[in-house]
Amino acid sequence: MVNLTIDKKKVQAEEGSTILKAAQSNGIEIPTLCYHDELTTSGACRLCSVEIKKGERTRIVTSCIYQVEKGLIVNTQSERVMNVRRLVLQLLMARCPESEIIRELAEKVGVKPQPRFKPDEDKGECILCRQCVEVCEEVVEVSAIGFSYRGADKAVGTPFVEPSRACIGCGACAYVCPTGHIKMEESDSGKERVIWDKTFKMVACKVCGRYFAPQEQLEYIGKKTGVPLSKLYTCVNCR
Amino acid sequence: MKIKSFKELKSLREKISNSRDPEKNCITICAGTGCLAYGAQSLVNKFKAEIEKDNLEEEIDIRSTGCHGFCEQGPVVVIYPEKVFYRRVGLDDAAEVIHKTVLNGEILDRLLYTDPSSGEKIIHEDDVPFYKKQMRLVFGMNGQIDPKSLEDYLAIGGYSALAKVLNGMEPGAVIEEVKKANLRGRGGGGFSAGWKWESTRKAKGDPKYVICNADEGDPGAYMDRSLLEGNPHSILEGMMIGAYAIGSNEGYIYVRNEYPLAVKNVTIAIEKGRELGVLGEDILDSGFSFDIKVNRGGGAFVCGESSALFASLEGRTGEPRAKYIHATDRGLNNKPTNLNNVETWANVPLIINKGAEWYQSIGTENSKGTKIFSLVGKINNTGLVEIPMGMTLREIIEDIGGGTPKGGKFKAVQTGGPSGGCIPEQFLDMPIDFDALTKVGSMMGSGGMIVMDDRTCMVDVARYFLKFLEGESCGKCVPCREGVRRMREILDDICEGRGREGDVEILESISHALIDGSLCALGATAPNPVLSTIKYFREEYSAHIQEKKCPAGVCKELIRYKIDEENCNGCGVCARLCPAECISGEKKQPHVIDQEKCIKCGSCRESCKFDAVIVE
Repeated sequence: MVNLTIDKKKVQAEEGSTILKAAQSNGIEIPTLCYHDELTTSGACRLCSVEIKKGERTRIVTSCIYQVEKGLIVNTQSERVMNVRRLVLQLLMARCPESEIIRELAEKVGVKPQPRFKPDEDKGECILCRQCVEVCEEVVEVSAIGFSYRGADKAVGTPFVEPSRACIGCGACAYVCPTGHIKMEESDSGKERVIWDKTFKMVACKVCGRYFAPQEQLEYIGKKTGVPLSKLYTCVNCR
Repeated sequence: MKIKSFKELKSLREKISNSRDPEKNCITICAGTGCLAYGAQSLVNKFKAEIEKDNLEEEIDIRSTGCHGFCEQGPVVVIYPEKVFYRRVGLDDAAEVIHKTVLNGEILDRLLYTDPSSGEKIIHEDDVPFYKKQMRLVFGMNGQIDPKSLEDYLAIGGYSALAKVLNGMEPGAVIEEVKKANLRGRGGGGFSAGWKWESTRKAKGDPKYVICNADEGDPGAYMDRSLLEGNPHSILEGMMIGAYAIGSNEGYIYVRNEYPLAVKNVTIAIEKGRELGVLGEDILDSGFSFDIKVNRGGGAFVCGESSALFASLEGRTGEPRAKYIHATDRGLNNKPTNLNNVETWANVPLIINKGAEWYQSIGTENSKGTKIFSLVGKINNTGLVEIPMGMTLREIIEDIGGGTPKGGKFKAVQTGGPSGGCIPEQFLDMPIDFDALTKVGSMMGSGGMIVMDDRTCMVDVARYFLKFLEGESCGKCVPCREGVRRMREILDDICEGRGREGDVEILESISHALIDGSLCALGATAPNPVLSTIKYFREEYSAHIQEKKCPAGVCKELIRYKIDEENCNGCGVCARLCPAECISGEKKQPHVIDQEKCIKCGSCRESCKFDAVIVE
């Protein structure tokens, strides 16, 4: 175990653990947006920035990546930290003025919109947290979506913004999206699902008759796990 | 022919040297990218044809060389052994150069360089003021060799440092020598190369990689390109020495694809190195094996950042990652990696050949050796200059650069590329090195040096660099992707008359958050052009915001051109040049500008010889 100090509180953390985890398990809250336990930590949103002190040297690091060290002194609320956090939230509020999640988070941290930033109209609610792309690549393992362009033009989508052949319609991307930017829509009858401009035929459960998963997703799972499709055609509730 | 031992290398070098007569006439033609753009290749062909036509092959050698640095004067021709310096040489001059100058020693006045300050015509290359104060240790060889010829490189002592290292120096001793020389990274960071080598050597992991960063992307900077184009073997030799010291057998050169000649010349150099046996398996029977691959970058500025460069080399999107673990421990493919810039590598053979003590004798206390700068902007002599660390900005700008062109007054010099800062006149006598530049809010960076005169608006300059960085931000982290853009928008407003009270303070606050919060150095240094111009030229920001005026007369929305009746003699030049056809007046009478139609292009002001066009 490693001994360190977070916000003047002496805490212990497992070696190899991050500052963020150490803080969370000791009841110290650090706001995050792009962090997800099961996915690569990209450190992209910078919201979880904290100030660390080693010897005489202080610096700002992202707590989701930086690993705990013996004797480390962490300040999660310093003026420098708050300045970064304030800017990140103001920038995201200007990028995604419609986003409730961002607005609520900003209110919680006590940050008001910067009137000097003209709100964007074309970015939707996407904050480019990368979780959708990561879950598609690392968990589902189909890499149906990715990034295009760079800088402020960077966008998430399927290659060439065409319906993707790799997409199985599982909806994991929509599920992890923290702002609800990714839309997955089902027809009233439940027979069809539309995501990333691709329409999927849903399979009805052999037992209860509920449309529960896209055909392509079940075929993909069957291929990957070796479980026969006949078994997969029964929904989780009825299995 | 493959050489298999140190002895064979030595005898090959002797053979080449003995076959060359240093007193033989040789016409060298600069074939760097700048001179090629001026038509140097046709000039080389023309000289060759003339020599063949007159059967002069026995008397005259001809060599197309790497960049000489004085690109503005291209095509540059230097005639050995006297080193007669001709500039702007055209196809029609070739025959005369051969028959009059080379064969008869007659100087062609029209091809000589004229010193703009004294009006004096200068005959010899070494007497040209642009070269006189330089110390061309790394760059000087460019003009003497054909970069495609390994024999040329051997003739000037090439690969002798490699032989010295492989023939009896322990890797640890090589590292000690580089550490003792205090070689600091020329790519921008100024980190000690020796320490980096040592860390990579000590790191656990196999294989270890050695990489040359040739992803030079600063606007106006091209020293790395010219080195790769002009003397590729010196970089290969540096990398080989580094690889031997570190314990690596695999090297990469990451070079941008927009540098086709650099890619070509370094690829040829690698092939010839392999053929000769200085690259590959069991080099010179030393037991050390090393090979290099060339990887062409796709043109993203951010790929010059080490972790983004590794990502790109690995075939992924060029995005940086948080660097809490050094590349020396986990870099390319998560293996120990030593990345140095082109110029850093080119310094290595020099240090090994001449020794750390000699190297230590050049430069300032903490910055040793020389640095190549690309001197551009409002300056008489544009080009690449190599100077010892510690030279003052004034010496570079006034003595080597010949000062600002007539009519302009020096205002600031921007160093360090887009992430650097603007340095005002008060610091001109500061001896420059890594630390001094950082202290005044700029940085060495890769060595860009843009001179600005009083017709340069500092707010517009800050906006220009931010616009560049906005376009080059990879978009991964929020502060850089969104913050740089918002700063640029505020600067747009200020330049276009929509600046508000408090804008400067907002820019400063965003800057500090960007410095602390960005994922990589691109975002963390992006505010430098803004902060340094606010620091030294705050009154210009105030003039834009409060008075809605641009003192330098640059920001179109805030200025209007007017013709001064007193000075205008009605010559009509401005009226003829005006693309909006909005200047009118009788012959020999003061002219008038129609403000409604004026597009504020400034061509009237540029063309007026009587300073009659004024900016309000």
